[in-house]
Amino acid sequence: MLDVLPDIDRWHGAGLKVAVATVIRTVGSSPRPLGSKMAVSEAGGIAGSVSGGCIEGAVFEEAQSVLEDGRPKRLRYGISDEQAWAVGLTCGGEVEVLVERIGD
Amino acid sequence: MGFESLRQSLLAGERVVAFTRADAELGARLLVWPDDGRSEGTLTDPDLDQAAAALTTTDPLPATGLREIAGAEVFVETFEPLPQLFIVGAVHVAIHLVHFARRLGFRTVVVDARSAFATAERFPHADELVVEWPADYLSRLPLHANTFCVFLTHDEKLDNPALQVVLEAGVRYVGALGSKRTHGKRVTALREAGLSAELIDRIHAPIGLDLGGRKPEEIALAIAAELVAVRNGSAASGR
Repeated sequence: MLDVLPDIDRWHGAGLKVAVATVIRTVGSSPRPLGSKMAVSEAGGIAGSVSGGCIEGAVFEEAQSVLEDGRPKRLRYGISDEQAWAVGLTCGGEVEVLVERIGD
Repeated sequence: MGFESLRQSLLAGERVVAFTRADAELGARLLVWPDDGRSEGTLTDPDLDQAAAALTTTDPLPATGLREIAGAEVFVETFEPLPQLFIVGAVHVAIHLVHFARRLGFRTVVVDARSAFATAERFPHADELVVEWPADYLSRLPLHANTFCVFLTHDEKLDNPALQVVLEAGVRYVGALGSKRTHGKRVTALREAGLSAELIDRIHAPIGLDLGGRKPEEIALAIAAELVAVRNGSAASGR
């Protein structure tokens, strides 16, 4: 959390809505530990990460609706070996993230 | 939910456990401060809140992850500030101890009233170097439960008042360098200052794991090893 706090503060300071995605479950080898966070601002800013790069784009898309209606989401991603290879990862695991709007 | 309180606590170096519903009540959150039992928010069920709060009385605190609490699926997240190490005494051993401690993940601060010892030239690698009476400095700080204190001065005037401050503050670890005879004198002085035997007994003395070394760097390594043992709750810490 501390790693993304400076960006969150900056966005809140600018009056922007912010959503945070947190890794809540991992299966198999995963690149980011439980509790890892990625913050997203309504202006399209991104800070931190929830994987080695394979699911950030998808989480960013999902975060848009959370930013809009404030309803949290629990998302589940399987990382196939093929996809993982494509982004240079050796993981073949599964990741779940919780996305919520913060600072309301 | 609860973000502002969590934010302030993290910046203040406090320990916080966040419980977040990951099931039908997705996002409902309870924050618990284990060091004073304070809480904020709710998991939408008082029984569940109580069961969650009960999990924060353990040492170490619960690991971060999903778990079932009273029939609900909850994401438990433990926030612990970076362990901080105060080294009282800018002596030779301290120079080596700063190297080891920083590499091992401690935020490391060196304190000594003697400006001849506490110089930036000797301690360019410390996170902070403070030239002040250790007791004055330490009594001004928020000493949290993840604070470690090592006393290396060999000087009662510097060590003892500061020892009293950190023992009464309830920090995680207190160790003091010195022979059995030195420590005996220290115990007598602290008792006369009104400290309970229970608090005095918390001092690790002789300091460090017994590695059989005599050189400053070997003593520093023995102390660093003891800090790690205590941090990890290992039996090697002797407690």
